[in-house]
Amino acid sequence: MSRHLLGLRDLSVTQIQHLLDLAQSYADGERPAGILAGRTLMTLFYEPSTRTEISFELAAKRAGAEVVRCDVDRSSVKKGESFVDTVQTLEALGADAIVIRHPMAGAPTLASQLVRCAVINAGDGMHEHPTQGLLDLLTVSQRRERIAGLKVALVGDVLHSRVARSALWGFTKLGASLTLVGPPTLLPPLLPSSLFPLPSQVTMTSSLEEGLQDADVVMALRMQLERQQHGYVPSLAEYARYYAVTARTLAYARPDALLLHPGPMNLGVEITADAAYGARSVIQTQVANGVAVRLAVLLWALDIDEQREPPRSLRELGAERGNAGAREREVAEIPATRPLPVIASGASRSGGPRGDLMNNEIATGLRPSQ
Amino acid sequence: MGLLIRGGRVIDPATGVDREADVLLAEGRIAAIDASISPGGHHRVIDAHNLLVAPGLVDMHVHLRDPGQTHKEDIASGTAAAVQGGFTTVACMPNTIPPIDHPTVVEYVQRRAASTGACRVLPIATITKGRLGEELAPIPTLAASGAVALSDDGDAVKDAGLLRRAMRYARQVGLPVIEHSEDATLSHGGAMHEGTWSVVLGLRGIPAVSEEAIVARDIVLAEDTGARLHVAHVSTAGSVALIREAKRRGVGVTAEVTPHHLLLTDEAVGGYNTDTKMNPPLRGEADRAALVEGLLDGTIDAIATDHAPHTPEEKRVEFDSAPFGVVGLETALSVLLTRLVRPGLLSLMEVLRRLSTTPAAILGLAGGRLELDAPGDLVLIDLDRRWTVDPAMFASKSRNTPFAGWELQGKAVMTIVGGEVKYSDVSVEVNA
Repeated sequence: MSRHLLGLRDLSVTQIQHLLDLAQSYADGERPAGILAGRTLMTLFYEPSTRTEISFELAAKRAGAEVVRCDVDRSSVKKGESFVDTVQTLEALGADAIVIRHPMAGAPTLASQLVRCAVINAGDGMHEHPTQGLLDLLTVSQRRERIAGLKVALVGDVLHSRVARSALWGFTKLGASLTLVGPPTLLPPLLPSSLFPLPSQVTMTSSLEEGLQDADVVMALRMQLERQQHGYVPSLAEYARYYAVTARTLAYARPDALLLHPGPMNLGVEITADAAYGARSVIQTQVANGVAVRLAVLLWALDIDEQREPPRSLRELGAERGNAGAREREVAEIPATRPLPVIASGASRSGGPRGDLMNNEIATGLRPSQ
Repeated sequence: MGLLIRGGRVIDPATGVDREADVLLAEGRIAAIDASISPGGHHRVIDAHNLLVAPGLVDMHVHLRDPGQTHKEDIASGTAAAVQGGFTTVACMPNTIPPIDHPTVVEYVQRRAASTGACRVLPIATITKGRLGEELAPIPTLAASGAVALSDDGDAVKDAGLLRRAMRYARQVGLPVIEHSEDATLSHGGAMHEGTWSVVLGLRGIPAVSEEAIVARDIVLAEDTGARLHVAHVSTAGSVALIREAKRRGVGVTAEVTPHHLLLTDEAVGGYNTDTKMNPPLRGEADRAALVEGLLDGTIDAIATDHAPHTPEEKRVEFDSAPFGVVGLETALSVLLTRLVRPGLLSLMEVLRRLSTTPAAILGLAGGRLELDAPGDLVLIDLDRRWTVDPAMFASKSRNTPFAGWELQGKAVMTIVGGEVKYSDVSVEVNA
């Protein structure tokens, strides 16, 4: 059996927490050797990518999978082969999972309706980028006791951002509140609160100062150069004047606020170097977490996430309950719906890995982005 | 020899008649309507007990794709679909290849309809040459060759000055100007209604104002020129309000709405189903409710399908890449009977009126009514017939319906055009 990962909107809180737990155990150093042996992962990227494609490949290779890259520029796509036919061809060639990056929203959803192998969305148009959303959640959860109750500010081109949408669903499902900050032309129409688990969980403002007030997490979004050409902003300089996240504007947020950016950055537009490489930045940790998150997603999508050793937090929880036998039965019978530790309850994260990751952040956080 | 339809419940929205009666058709026309007509010796007799007998339906907005895109539909398949759905007259839009912008193309459509068509086909001609919005089409010549209306459907006429001059010509020749109301500078790149669901799905939005801006402009131009303006496929609450207010002022404006805009909202786009992609797009619930309200109070005159065939291959692509449009001829009557008449939102008489009498009046046709000497165009409807929409069974060459799998109650079971049975469900008894 295989599962598709199309967006965080489709996942339950339990599924998200399970994926984060699984990813955390790999971030903690658990070795995945051989668990994907004999499986074939194919990547199909219709848009360029550095972080996402490489981290999927690394994750799959570390776990022993075969990885095939379908190079869109040199494949039959160039001869006009349709997306539908290309996806079906990859499945026929033996893909167990296809990772898709596509400029059009819903392309992975279409693929999932055509094939039986797992389809993993690696970013589709303005829709979702679920593995990015998961690594954002993982990065924050490594540094905060709980996500519930946090105040998260998404700054910039929210309207066109798939990263923003995955963050929107992921953070609200785990109980954080969100403020969307940007010029009026780059904010979405008012979203009904019925979309989200809690009332008034999502607000919008065009004032950076107001939006960052009391924020625990600030996520600067990539600003695309064509927004100026299409008249969404008067100029990138004008945008930067009012919305760039800098060491100075970051001071509107809480003093211990975390700064995230999905990359690649436009330094001097949506973010400045003093913020991006400053003490609050966890941008390099986001990148480093990408491999662990994508490994967890691959195992989950191929339905072999239960064949490995259970995550540490789960072992601890079972020991606390004193009924490890009950846990094993649950794992065996109903893998997808078993109860899992809830981040909001504070039960899931031990303090253990945090110190290591903080060291990692210090070690890598000062290097400029590739 | 005539065709005698006995014992049916005869409904004529033009006069409000609703009673059991017999109808005799002879020489292509209605020869008699009476409580009881003797079969005589020479008539074929159709037993219409437990069936409605109504004027043949008139769809004033279909795309037959002929000439030029006959892989999607042609006049034979499109009119076969029409009679399956109870339609006896369709007016076809001129966005063909080449467009219907010249009398030779009008004549081509008329000839093909006469030789292969199952129902009456009335060509609509373009407003501008090549449908390019730059120069006037030969409006008087097109009118003389039999075009029943003028439209650049698919696009609005961008140039307001050109449209104003076209309206003056249209008024002179007595044809309505049918506008596809869309300001492309506001809708550019959009794939669905701009609202909550476009944000959730990450699709570019087509805002309601892109329609309303053109409706407002066109109303002002119609008022100025005295031309008859017909607003195609109204989809937003704002457009309904603009048209309502214009009618109150006495402006010569009429409007149509599609079954899909009356029954579906943008929420249906949820799974990126390209059979929910059309232009104008499915709107929000407040818009949908305003359309039903506008139909009830007479702001919206007619129901038209905007039947827009595209092949399964063309629709089986990414949502952004898919062409706009859905087919509608074979489902329109049944979805309206099931979802508007059964729940009591609209009376049977009113739905039939908007599907026959009003569109016929807008196009200046003799049909759409049951009276002596009117064309012998009838539909027999079984209100109890249950069926499930299976696109594979369509007479149309295309399958792109948003109603696939819907369980419906009520169906056209016989369609008669000019006194000839053009479609008959096997269950209807015909005795020679």
